[in-house]
Amino acid sequence: MEPFVRVASVAAPLPIDNVDTDVIIPAEFGVTMERGGLGPHAFNGLRRFPDGSERPDFVLNREPWRHAKILVAGANFGCGSSREHAPWALRDFGFRAIVAPSFADIFYGNCFRNGILPVRLPAAVVTDLMEQAGQGANAVFTIDLESQALVAPDGTRHDFAVDPWRRRCLLEGLDEIGATLAGAAAIERFEAGYARRRPWAARAG
Amino acid sequence: MATTLFSKVWDDHVVEERPDGSVLLYIDRHLVHDATSPQAFSALRAEGRRARHPAASLAVADHLVPTDGRAAAPRLAVQIAALEANAREFGIPVLPLGSPTQGIVHVVGPEQGFVLPGLTVVCGDSHTSTHGAFGALAFGIGTSEVEHVIATQTLVQTRPREMRITIAGRPGPGVAAKDVALAVIASIGAAGGAGHAIEYAGPTVAAMAMEERMTLCNMTIEAGARTGMIAPDATTLDWLEGRPMAPSGADWQAATGHWRTLASDPGARFDREVAVDVSGLEPQVTWGINPAQTVAVTGRVPDPEAIADAGLRQAARRALAYMDLAPGTAMTAIRPSRVFIGSCTNARLSDLRAAAAVARGRRVADGVIAQVVPGSGLVRRAAEAEGLDRIFIEAGFQWHEPGCSMCVAINGDRVPAGERCASTSNRNFEGRQGPGARTHLVSPAMAAAAAIAGRFVDVREMI
Ligand code: SF4
Repeated sequence: MEPFVRVASVAAPLPIDNVDTDVIIPAEFGVTMERGGLGPHAFNGLRRFPDGSERPDFVLNREPWRHAKILVAGANFGCGSSREHAPWALRDFGFRAIVAPSFADIFYGNCFRNGILPVRLPAAVVTDLMEQAGQGANAVFTIDLESQALVAPDGTRHDFAVDPWRRRCLLEGLDEIGATLAGAAAIERFEAGYARRRPWAARAG
Repeated sequence: MATTLFSKVWDDHVVEERPDGSVLLYIDRHLVHDATSPQAFSALRAEGRRARHPAASLAVADHLVPTDGRAAAPRLAVQIAALEANAREFGIPVLPLGSPTQGIVHVVGPEQGFVLPGLTVVCGDSHTSTHGAFGALAFGIGTSEVEHVIATQTLVQTRPREMRITIAGRPGPGVAAKDVALAVIASIGAAGGAGHAIEYAGPTVAAMAMEERMTLCNMTIEAGARTGMIAPDATTLDWLEGRPMAPSGADWQAATGHWRTLASDPGARFDREVAVDVSGLEPQVTWGINPAQTVAVTGRVPDPEAIADAGLRQAARRALAYMDLAPGTAMTAIRPSRVFIGSCTNARLSDLRAAAAVARGRRVADGVIAQVVPGSGLVRRAAEAEGLDRIFIEAGFQWHEPGCSMCVAINGDRVPAGERCASTSNRNFEGRQGPGARTHLVSPAMAAAAAIAGRFVDVREMI
């Protein structure tokens, strides 16, 4: 996977709660056999009119946020469908980190596996960051995974929590499957015991 | 020590506890479908990885399949064919398109007895929580995890918190499991279950039939929870016995012996306990763009300005703008032009029976296009054997082939922009049923009633 250590960028404010994965990438664009190429369709319904032209007032269609690597969003971001197309689209758009008061569980995990760091901070902090993000080109945020800290444009430092396994995977760009397979002996031991304990479960069909 | 249903199943599957607090969890069953799997298979192929236990997966196309008897559009056909080719290449059993057992993953899995109590079950689809109805630990995963499961038969997981929702009260005739599910979501909120595994318990749940339990667990994800579970009991065992892939003979004896031990022990502790009373519950209709935005059919569209919580107020404003609804509108004044009876939430035989009971001898209102999409080939044939297809067709409903259809609107079935749909599916998100489509979630009987009346009506007046 793609590693993440640190990002410094302006941040696009998206002050909406419960942004679901159908909003992040409408299902019609999810009919694809590839992981890449979804960036142009990210937030399609918010970003474009039905004829495909851009809605000029939408934050990601405006400077400097067109190039933002950080998104500051509302609560329960990424709810709904489990489609990994959502983080694929966000990453392809250019995002490396998303800051929100809370994330939906499946989406949260999907982010790490695609080089995106989701940062949970208290709602009041996010509201404040949202305001600073709105100030534009000079409002640069820094997010550092090593030290688990976000530094806001006004210089305030906000520490955030990440579980250690996910942190390590992201910092090192670890191949999670390779790592699991390296410990295959443990899986074999488990399976041997399990087949004795629950023989009916080990036989599908 | 008193232990919960969730903990019993979780603990039974821990391969390894890691120093960082994560767990390597063994996965018993994996359902694979057409929409979220191609990238997983390509990555496995690129890395030269194989399926660890191919028979622990079961592949079936559902999201992209056409349901009107016509051929799939070329780009869909390619992806459907890829699922079958990928499954064969990796040795994974597949129920091919056109086979009598094909259907929606979450309908087919239980139907085949592939999903059983006490097992861990995953699928690249958030409504995998459906299978929790059997006392399985079942949750949706992303495509990278699909790849991880196929290659290793495990997933790296962190233990969720646990919540028990105890449901009491007997809703009257015409009030369905779907209404109970919507009421539960409304009571805890669209993100109320975040980070939690939910166990549903209480007399109402105990009295529910298996298919009603599936509807309830299916909707769990709409409350943000990772999974929803119900302890297996006699209802569960009766439903499973004799299914093609369920254990039989001595295996059945051993399995049921284990399943009987799974219920949460008296005194088991949960991180959160919620009680919901559904006596007097009325049929629900959603008015907004998340499933928690629901009200009784006898009620009215709420006024956002009267909502105290700023976040909920803002969300309600957005919802009414998208849904093109004015505050105070009676729900019975809302006129859907489309009706969809289908999806993994409500397309099993009992759902179709409930809808047919309303449709029998009546006619779909002028200007309404109504379609019934059975959840699987087996459901479709069972319905036809009872004559439900005739009832629907004579009433003016379209009778379709099985698939996800208008629940996800990527297979050719969709609600046109600006139109309003009474839908038995699980999500009323913006654009979910097609760009600009407006979705109102209801039970199957309520959907049929809306088709007949041309507006939402209290189905209790029609039964
Ligand atoms: S019917 Fe809808 S929710 Fe169910 S599996 Fe298909 S797309 Fe997902």
